[in-house]
Amino acid sequence: MKNDRSRPAPSLANPKRFLEIVHVILPWVGTLAGLLLLGGFYWALFEVPPDYQQGESVRIMFVHVPAAWMSLFVYGLIAVSSFVGLVFAHPLADVAAKTAAPLGAVFTALALVTGSLWGKPMWGAYWVWDARLTSELILLLIYFGYIALWYAIEDPARAGRVAAVFALVGAVDLPIIHFSVNWWHSLHQPASVLRMGAPTMSAAYLWPLGIMALGYTVFFIWLWLLRIRTEVRKRRLRSILLQGSTG
Amino acid sequence: MMHYLDMGGFAAFIWPSYALSVLAITTLTVWVLRADRRAHDMLKRIEQGENRNRQAVSL
Repeated sequence: MKNDRSRPAPSLANPKRFLEIVHVILPWVGTLAGLLLLGGFYWALFEVPPDYQQGESVRIMFVHVPAAWMSLFVYGLIAVSSFVGLVFAHPLADVAAKTAAPLGAVFTALALVTGSLWGKPMWGAYWVWDARLTSELILLLIYFGYIALWYAIEDPARAGRVAAVFALVGAVDLPIIHFSVNWWHSLHQPASVLRMGAPTMSAAYLWPLGIMALGYTVFFIWLWLLRIRTEVRKRRLRSILLQGSTG
Repeated sequence: MMHYLDMGGFAAFIWPSYALSVLAITTLTVWVLRADRRAHDMLKRIEQGENRNRQAVSL
């Protein structure tokens, strides 16, 4: 059977069910994200004690680390969606990958900037060409390249295929980012939460960090669902306009 | 209060980090909600126009 992606797929041509489910869960997800973020920001700014080595600057961790985790998590989702789109031709896979990319790029940029602001008082420099920092910067460039591909190719079906291949190749950067602190000498501290064995971080920092990470994740899911809904609507609009121009 | 705002001498690094994070969260929220509203309104207009056309053809 010919895999013709230029033809609107049934689930996108009639996305009523998807839109109904999203319509019901979006307010709950949005409220949960808001509560988690508010609680997390309050905890990080007012309740967390200063670190015995880093002093008050440890508070930057609560905005830097979740953003850095999200940069990897979102790209991982893009890679998985791209794989599903390429192999199984699932009609929503391309949409899921495309809509996640700008969000992931913002998280990556945020991780780089807040990391830079944390690096200055700790290392004495805003930027060093360290393996972790450089590979994270490369991830941002990969995000830009992925987004640019979607805009550069007019046919959405072809853009989806090319972008999916690009996303899968770019996924090589994810393990490099994660293990860079173990593979090379680095100013960046090694993993203290996402590691083999128990976290090495004190519970006084681990809990608020967990709340912030959860808040960022739920916030991303809320935005992602909204963007998928927007994209489904745009494709439906495009489909109607195309039918109008050919009919 | 001033002692708290000074953040142990790290105010110049901590407050911009939080300000940028809040700015990113706010900007993303506004951008995504606006785009969704725009797509919704446009689709509604087109669908209403399409329905009117169908009704005119059937008459």
